[in-house]
Amino acid sequence: MILLEAHELTKHFPLRRGLFSKVEGAVRAVDGVSFTIEPGRTLGVVGESGCGKSTTAKLVLKLEEPTGGEIRFDGRSLQSLDAGGLRRYRKSVQAVFQDPFASLNPRMRVGAIIAEPLVTNETLAKGEAKKRVSRLLELVGLPERSADLFPHEFSGGQRQRIAIARALALSPRLVVLDEPVSALDVSIRAQILNLLVDLQRDLGLAYLFIAHDLAAVAHMSHAIAVMYLGKIVEYGPAKSVAADPKHPYTQALFAAALPAHPDDQREEIILTGEVPSPINPPAGCRFHPRCPHVMDRCAQDVPTLGLAVGREVACHLYGGGP
Amino acid sequence: MTDAPLLELDHLSTHYVSARGTRVVKAVDEVSLAVRAGETLGVVGESGSGKTTLALTIMRLLPPAARIVSGGLRFAGEDLLAKSPAEMRQIRGKHIAMILQDPMASLNPLFTVGDQVAEPVRVHEHTGRRTARERARSLLSAVKIPAPDQRLREYPHQMSGGMRQRIVGAIAISCEPRVLIADEPTTSLDVTIQAQYLRLLRDLQKEHGLALIFITHNLGIVARMCDSVAVMYAGRVIESGPVRTIFNAPVHPYTQALIESIPRLGDGPSRLTAIDGQPPDLASLPAGCSFQPRCPRALDRCREEAPGSITVAPAHIARCWLAVTPS
Repeated sequence: MILLEAHELTKHFPLRRGLFSKVEGAVRAVDGVSFTIEPGRTLGVVGESGCGKSTTAKLVLKLEEPTGGEIRFDGRSLQSLDAGGLRRYRKSVQAVFQDPFASLNPRMRVGAIIAEPLVTNETLAKGEAKKRVSRLLELVGLPERSADLFPHEFSGGQRQRIAIARALALSPRLVVLDEPVSALDVSIRAQILNLLVDLQRDLGLAYLFIAHDLAAVAHMSHAIAVMYLGKIVEYGPAKSVAADPKHPYTQALFAAALPAHPDDQREEIILTGEVPSPINPPAGCRFHPRCPHVMDRCAQDVPTLGLAVGREVACHLYGGGP
Repeated sequence: MTDAPLLELDHLSTHYVSARGTRVVKAVDEVSLAVRAGETLGVVGESGSGKTTLALTIMRLLPPAARIVSGGLRFAGEDLLAKSPAEMRQIRGKHIAMILQDPMASLNPLFTVGDQVAEPVRVHEHTGRRTARERARSLLSAVKIPAPDQRLREYPHQMSGGMRQRIVGAIAISCEPRVLIADEPTTSLDVTIQAQYLRLLRDLQKEHGLALIFITHNLGIVARMCDSVAVMYAGRVIESGPVRTIFNAPVHPYTQALIESIPRLGDGPSRLTAIDGQPPDLASLPAGCSFQPRCPRALDRCREEAPGSITVAPAHIARCWLAVTPS
């Protein structure tokens, strides 16, 4: 069963220049990305800044409209949904963002923050909303009296719990987690990651987990998609991608990830140069200027995500593509 | 490598005192550390653990509200606390240099990169403009910046984050310092750029016999880069020792929990060890050991009396009663 399916999802932002805002080229933020998320499972998306992972999240949240491709939810394309259907979609897909200091309104009490999605989306009696709020607070491990306090009275980890409670208010089926622990202290991160795992198990939530911390993503996810310059370069079961990456970029990425223990050192693969601009991505394979295994055909042919060694890899080394 | 430490902190304490003197925040409390030439020390701690104040204390760059109240600070046998501000200016940047977290904030947007890399050379070595420029050029090549001639004429905003961090690194090593303090040098960088930068720092260290001090919240940096590590909690070093000893046989419950709380690549979805509660407010520390309210193994004694430094093994020190009373 598939909850959400992205098919050839594309988002190009037009570049405008000059007096009449003439369109000159485009930022190819997301360029033909396909993935699926099953109920109760986690898809982790990793990649460096500018790879399009946050834009992908925004497309899933319908905060951006795709310029190509489509998203299907419960087997129905979002484009085919009427206003009521879209409303239901927005209720079923919620988000938790990176910075709990920016995502909570400092002038609202925590109870009102968590109740807001309930008030705007459902007609509830006043007492009922209050009951739901205290149930949500209990779910995320905060005391009931938190409802009467303001966000500034909480620490970063507690604020992230409030943001999670708000995301759960409408009983969503998919939660987009965009760097949910990167702003938190090390000792607090584990608390929040554990809470997310518990909530997934108890409520059957699906997660789209976006982070640059590879170990955290590998820990949380069932499947991992590795993005580079708007494209998925490797996609497969989290365990095997982390243990035995195939695409040269994934290999370099995991080799560059900091070890959790001095004995965990992987062989260093240091990439030269930096991620090129998504306005003029390199021809052929977008990774070829930095790739240690580059071949002649990499500069010309675009590799497609082909099934190789039990997972999808977009690389000519594995005979992917035409 | 000589046996005498290049930089030595001896029960160093830095406190912030409020204007009326009523509130005292012990940001750095009785910290003893030593680094030898060619060695890398990691200072880890969460926000508010006092690690940045520690770096600023070593540099003697503290804000007016902060006072070094007691202890000793020695660099190459000299007492840094006895130096006048003018003497400190001769040492800072020349013998002890620092790299800060945010390269955009530590570079001046109005000057070219060339001017900024050449500045410490001109100030400390009184060289002429042209020699300084030559040095700046070779420094940019040393930090592996492509097309250094062109980059010297550019401004910080024209460069990427990774490149700016390299520029800051070039400035820091411009006068061939003997101690380099890096305060969260890679938090704003992407993973592959971070790996490039760490490799660069290690190469520079090898070449110049630098003593490196990493101030970080990231145990991964410690695991990859450091020879020894000091774990800070609420202004104190609660455990210190050689990196492998600390990772394999941590004594302090905080260190243990910290190491177990980070996911390891390759372990499946399991529960992580979480530390309950949150770091204390430095202005109102709990009685006894400051970790005691969050500690899963707290004893009655921990609530009454703060533990002193206990030597667990040679070079391995912990501030914990468990280190003396076998559980």
